Amino acid sequence: MRKEHLISAIEFCANHEIEISFISSLHETGLIEIIRIEETEYIDDSQLVQLERIVRFYYDLGINLEGIETINHLLDRMNDLQGEIIALKNRLRLYESNE
Amino acid sequence: MDFIDYYKILGVDKGADPKAIKTAYRKLARNFHPDLNPNDKEAKQKFQQINEANEVLSDPEKRKKYDQYGKDWKHADEFENANRQQQSAYRRGAQNSEPQFDGDFSDFFSSMFGGAAGQGRTRQAKFRGEDFNAELQLNLMDAYTTQKQTLTVNGKQIRITIPAGIENGQTIKISGHGGSGTNGGPAGDLYITFSIANHPRFKRVGNDLFTIIDVNMFKAVLGGEITIETLSSKVKLTVKPETQNGTKVKLKGKGFPVYKHEGQYGDLFVTYNIKIPTGLTEEQKELLKELSLTHFKNQADA
Repeated sequence: MRKEHLISAIEFCANHEIEISFISSLHETGLIEIIRIEETEYIDDSQLVQLERIVRFYYDLGINLEGIETINHLLDRMNDLQGEIIALKNRLRLYESNE
Repeated sequence: MDFIDYYKILGVDKGADPKAIKTAYRKLARNFHPDLNPNDKEAKQKFQQINEANEVLSDPEKRKKYDQYGKDWKHADEFENANRQQQSAYRRGAQNSEPQFDGDFSDFFSSMFGGAAGQGRTRQAKFRGEDFNAELQLNLMDAYTTQKQTLTVNGKQIRITIPAGIENGQTIKISGHGGSGTNGGPAGDLYITFSIANHPRFKRVGNDLFTIIDVNMFKAVLGGEITIETLSSKVKLTVKPETQNGTKVKLKGKGFPVYKHEGQYGDLFVTYNIKIPTGLTEEQKELLKELSLTHFKNQADA
């Protein structure tokens, strides 16, 4: 694990002015992964976009963690379906271009 | 520049208390928040309006100024002068901040409040910049190989690598090439959507390619060899005797590269289109007649 890709959970919380217990709750519900090195908790930077999105859901929109889990699941589904729509549109384009 | 009715946007009346405003904001924001409506420009625009309305109505100072001068916003500076001495100790809670979309405020808002939103926020340390969206057109041959292209985004030149096998309509993210962050926060991302034009000879379905090849009738009947062009090279094919029109042949691994799987390719499907000869001489027609008679006689005997 390369340390330059890790963000200290305490630093993240300080920057966003949120409680460290919030990050622990996210970890407990499986929404994010925490990496522990020598008693310090870190978040991999690949999770940063997802984590910031969760912070916005929770603090700005007042959505609880169960709601966030559901939203994440639905957004993943939506993403898959968008991929399928692209593939189907491309197939349709073949038939339309043959007309 | 038109007056914007922030109460109408949030669907609350003028006497709404802070709790009602917060509830109305959250209800609308949950519907139109860009995190919940990715790539939906209309939702993003609507959310910006909701966010702006909340920015004003949830801040007692801004709300007071808006209520007093909203419809007559050109005189708002006088209000500023009159209140210059006042120092508000009010600090709004963190709940209303919307970091990713700061900076997108209407001219009306900028005129009244100077364009800087979020004064008094508690959770405003470092915010990501805005994400940018762009469209790039490629032809099928471009998408066949990994490409390096230089793009100009917001006056800056960036060099991007487009992996072979990219799909029409697919979007790739270039991290850190969106708008600049706020308060030293990271830049947003650049999203590029690819539009890949159809090829006159090859149709693409996922990683497979489809093409139609003309084969003359004599080769179809007697068999023989033909050479066809794939996207990368020429390939020799053996046409079996008595090949029927519409016969499909699969050339394994001669299709399109699999996105981000170097060395893996889809298949190429070749459909034979048997061409009937034209411009035959009388002598050739006679020979065909003779052939036809012999053929049908053999069939009858059988």
